[in-house]
Formats: sequence, C-alpha cells, structure tokens
Amino acid sequence: MSETTSGRGFMGWIDDRFPATKMWKEHLSEYYAPKNFNFWYYFGSLALLVLVIQIVSGIWLTMNYIPSGDRAFESVEYIMRDVEWGWLIRYIHTTGASAFFVVVYLHMCRALMYGSYQKPRELLWIFGVLIYVALMAEAFMGYMLPWGQMSYWGAQVIISLFGAIPVIGTDLAVWIRGDYVVSEATLTRFFALHVAGLPLAIIALVVAHILALHEVGSSNPDGIEIKQNKDESGKPRDGIPFHPYYSVKDLVGVAVFLIFFSIVVFYMPEFFGLFIEAPNFEPANPLVTPDHIAPVWYFTPHYAMLRAIPDTFGGVLVMGGAIAILFFLPWLDRGKVRSIRYRGLSFKVALALFLISFVILGYLGLQPATGLYTILARIFTAIYFGYFLFLWVYTYFGLEQTKPVPERVTMK
Amino acid sequence: MKKYLLICLCILFPAHVWGAPAGGNMMDVDVDPFDKESLQRGAQLFANYCMACHEAHLIRYNRIGQDLGLDDELVEKYLIFKPGAQLFDGMTNAMTDEDAEEWFGAPAPDLSLTARRHGPRYIYTFLNAFYEDEDAPLGVNNLVISGTSMPHVLEELQGLPIAVREEIEGAEQITELKVDDDRAGLMSASEYRAATRDLTNFLDYVAEPIKAERRRLGVRVLIFLFLFLIVAYLLKREYWKDVH
Repeated sequence: MSETTSGRGFMGWIDDRFPATKMWKEHLSEYYAPKNFNFWYYFGSLALLVLVIQIVSGIWLTMNYIPSGDRAFESVEYIMRDVEWGWLIRYIHTTGASAFFVVVYLHMCRALMYGSYQKPRELLWIFGVLIYVALMAEAFMGYMLPWGQMSYWGAQVIISLFGAIPVIGTDLAVWIRGDYVVSEATLTRFFALHVAGLPLAIIALVVAHILALHEVGSSNPDGIEIKQNKDESGKPRDGIPFHPYYSVKDLVGVAVFLIFFSIVVFYMPEFFGLFIEAPNFEPANPLVTPDHIAPVWYFTPHYAMLRAIPDTFGGVLVMGGAIAILFFLPWLDRGKVRSIRYRGLSFKVALALFLISFVILGYLGLQPATGLYTILARIFTAIYFGYFLFLWVYTYFGLEQTKPVPERVTMK
Repeated sequence: MKKYLLICLCILFPAHVWGAPAGGNMMDVDVDPFDKESLQRGAQLFANYCMACHEAHLIRYNRIGQDLGLDDELVEKYLIFKPGAQLFDGMTNAMTDEDAEEWFGAPAPDLSLTARRHGPRYIYTFLNAFYEDEDAPLGVNNLVISGTSMPHVLEELQGLPIAVREEIEGAEQITELKVDDDRAGLMSASEYRAATRDLTNFLDYVAEPIKAERRRLGVRVLIFLFLFLIVAYLLKREYWKDVH
C-alpha cells in the first residue's frame, strides 16, 4: 500500500486493498471503444445478458428439478404447475437457450463481416469459438434434462455418433453414457455437467474473451485501428469511453431484445415447435422411437451436414470439421483489409453464399433426409467448406482488389 | 430504424414456415383459455365420459376449481367421482393399466399433455372421426387413429356416424361421416361439435393451465418494456448529443 496513491473515504479504503476503481476505469469508464459501432455491435453485450439470464433462471430451476429417470419428466411439469412462478422461470430458461444461439450467431456473423478475427484479434476469436463449442455442449446436455421423448432420442442419436469413431468408438460411447443405452446414469452426469461443469467453463472463457478484447481493443465497421490515431493526452480520437456512451446505448439494445424475448416467453413459448419440440411432452420411452428425430434448431445446420455424408464416420468428421475449421479462420483469411465495406466483390458474394448455405442447412436439418434434401445438403455443405478454401486462395495469392480504407472511422 | 426492424423480423419469422406440423386433414378448432364457461362444460364432459378410462394426473381438482371459478363443493359434486379422492389430488381414476390391457387391448393414455403433444386440432378431429365399422372388435373405427382400441364413448351424444364411401382414382375412400336420423344421439350435429370443442378446450387448458395468466401478464410486461425502451432511448440520445 503506497501512501501517495491512497485515496480518501470508503472507495479509497477499498482501492488500497483491491483494484476496484482501477478495474472500473480499465474496463468501463476509460475503455475507449470506436464511436461508430452499428446494429451488429449490440450482440456481444446481449450475449452477456443472456448468460446472466440463463444462470439465474437455471439456479431457480435446479431448486425444484429432480434428475432421476422416473421423476425428471414430472418434476418439470411440477415446476410448470405447482411451483410459484415456476412456469415463468422455465419459459425464460427455454427461450433463453434459443436466444443465446440467436445472439451468438449474429455476433459471429458480425465478426465475419468486419474481419474482427484478423490480427491482432486471433486469440479473442479463438476464445469466442471455444465459448461456442462449450455452449453447444451445455445446450445439448440441458435439452436432455426434461426427459421427454426428444430429450431421450436426441441424446441417443448424438451420443451414438461417437460410436462411429474407429477402434475406440464403442467404448467411448459407453463411457460417455455410463451405460449401454441412454439411461438414468447418463441423465445424472449430464445434469452435473449442465448445472456446474460447463457453466464454470463458459464463465471462465467469457472472462478470457473480454480480457482479450480489452487488451487489443474493439474493432469497428470500418475495420481500422482507432489506437493509431491518438490525441495529445493519449486517447484515441475516434474512441469514446465505453461507460457511459455504450452502456446507455446497449441499454436501448437490451430493451428491444427483452421485448422480442418477452413476446416469445408470454405468447409463443414453444415457438412453433422449434424452441420446445412437441414430442418432448411425452415422457422418455426407451422402447418407442419417435417417427422423426430432429435436434433443436440451433444444431440443425450441423445435423444436415452429418446426414449429407453416406458414411457415418465420414459424417461425424465433416460435422466436427465444420466447427473445427472456425479456429483456423484468422490464418485462412490473409486479407489486407478487414471490413466488408472495403473488401473485394468476390468476398462479399462468398460471404453471402456462406451465410445463406448455413441457414439453408439449418432448414434441411429439420427435414427428413430423403432424395432432393440430401442432394441439397451436400451442395450446401460443399459451399460451407468452400468459403474457407476460397478465402484462403483469394487472399493468399493476392487476388483480392480492395477499396481504399479511410484514415478515420465513418459514421454511417 | 426501419432497417433494424426488418432484420429483427427476418430473424424471428422464417421459422414459422419450418415449424409447421405436417398435419393431414385436421379440423380447425378454436381453443380459448379465457372462455371459462366452455372450460367448465369441457371439465364436466371429461369427468363424465373420459375419466372412466383416461386420467389427467398432472392437473389437481382444486386447481381446476380455482382457474375455472368453481368452488370446492361444485368441484366435489361434478368432477370428483373416485372414492376417497381429495380436492388436491390429480385427476386419476380407479382403472389399472393391467385391466385396460385386458379389456381394450391397450392401456388408456394419460391425457394431461396430449394437447401439447399432438395439438388441439388432433383431439378435436379424433372426437369427430368415429364411424361404424363392422370389422372392428368394438364395432367402431376412427379416421385419425385407424384401428383404435377406444370405443365411441360419446355415441350417446353424437349417435353412430356411418362412413360414406366413394370411388376416387380407383380406390375406395371415405369422403364423409354422417349420422342417420334413426341412429341420432341426444345432440344435433352442431351441438356435438360445440361439446367436443368444449372438451378439446378443456384438454388444452389441462396441458398448460397457466396459458390464460401468461397471456394476461404478457401485456403488462410488454407495456413496461416499451416505456423502458423510450426512457433508454432518450437517455442514449442525451448522452450521444456531443458525439459526431
């Protein structure tokens, strides 16, 4: 504790012992963010909001949920019927799960558009992809807990995919399930991972993601570094303190988001069978397979890719590859320019095709894998991977013709 | 602003097309959780006709009383028939699965969540799709569940419909179900449709008893959020005045 820097009053006392004011300044009141953030820059803070919503509503659900084969299904209905406000907490949690993916997909889309993953933000991007992977595991395990037909059979299908891995596959699948079929042993371990293991991992990764962001600074829709143009006092000329400017701006985003969120919670909690699937209103029955097993919407693009490949193990590789390739994006894209605003026409076309193919694959994953659908799934899987190949060829061999990037950020 | 609104709409609504259930020729039914009289009639029909075999064990009698505006005495008089059943018990009956298996060949499913599993149209159509079939063990069949082991419990009310068959593209198909005058039940065709609508409405309520309350509360939450949005927007505008 140094005598010269110690402040007065309560905060002074605290600051001498814990860097509260220092952290506040570093991450909020003196974190300079570019002033030209647009619509796409709301989804980072919204993702944080949804994480908090999920943790808080999850804690309250855990108070009444019973993770056992013969009581899990009814304990969920008990929450819906007999627990005070239980229905609201549960609908907030089911809607929150889907909202998380909506927000995260839009957040990732932003990174693709404005090159937010490019040097020096590679590690920031990698932490983000790790969050995405952890989130998928979290959602998958959470979906099993209501112990309905789709919970059960969805888990059965996905876990059996590990069985397709040569040599170790069968043993690996048994090790994951803790049994030869999905059973109560699977339910209890998924419960433990869903409520404790994965949330801890996600929180730690989010902290790393934000620390990495604040180390390198935020990018922006023009894709230029505001740190390269500072005034006499060393503050970026195009930067404004995150708090209060972006805290109040994000509050507007929060309000709009909560309006959409509430419309779903109060008026369409099943969201046309996409957020809560109808077969899940039937208790898990290991003896009766549902006619049509479809994962929840946020996994359907990957499910479509899996089914597009005739060989199961090949499908698993393609599906895993679709996620793994994201880690390499900062090194595949060697473009001189970050933002889509100043990149070549081919980049714009390729990104549009990539996003369209992801959405169409999402649609195909909900349909039965027959005839035309399978052919389409193959075409769009090729386009999905083609984007990354294209991006590398396009930038590595210097084929891209970029537009001049402005010196200062533009307020469009 | 318009652009953002459009983006938000695009995010929310394409899903509509994807999620539509692949229903055959289901009949439309208007379920309304605010129509308490319909729900009361439906509850009584359920207790009188369905509960001999079916249960709805996830809904408690006193919850029904509370939600539908019936006091305990009325609930006991009109809804509770099982000896020893208490007001706070779920709607269960005395028939065991083994008995059902022996008498009908299959246990009667619990109907607590059927409306959410299959949708109200499915229930309504099923109740309106019984017809006479001499080849079936119980003399009736159903267009929704062909070969159903359920007898036409509401025959007393509807009468027994006969299937009108026509040759379409070389195959004989059922085109209409109609009740002849000499086999009519206690109700006219439109009265029967209204009664089955009440029953469907009740089962829809049973599947999600909070539906009416959630819609009522939603309005207040949204009004609050719109006011919050206005305040947040004005705050943002005030702070951002000096950013150019």
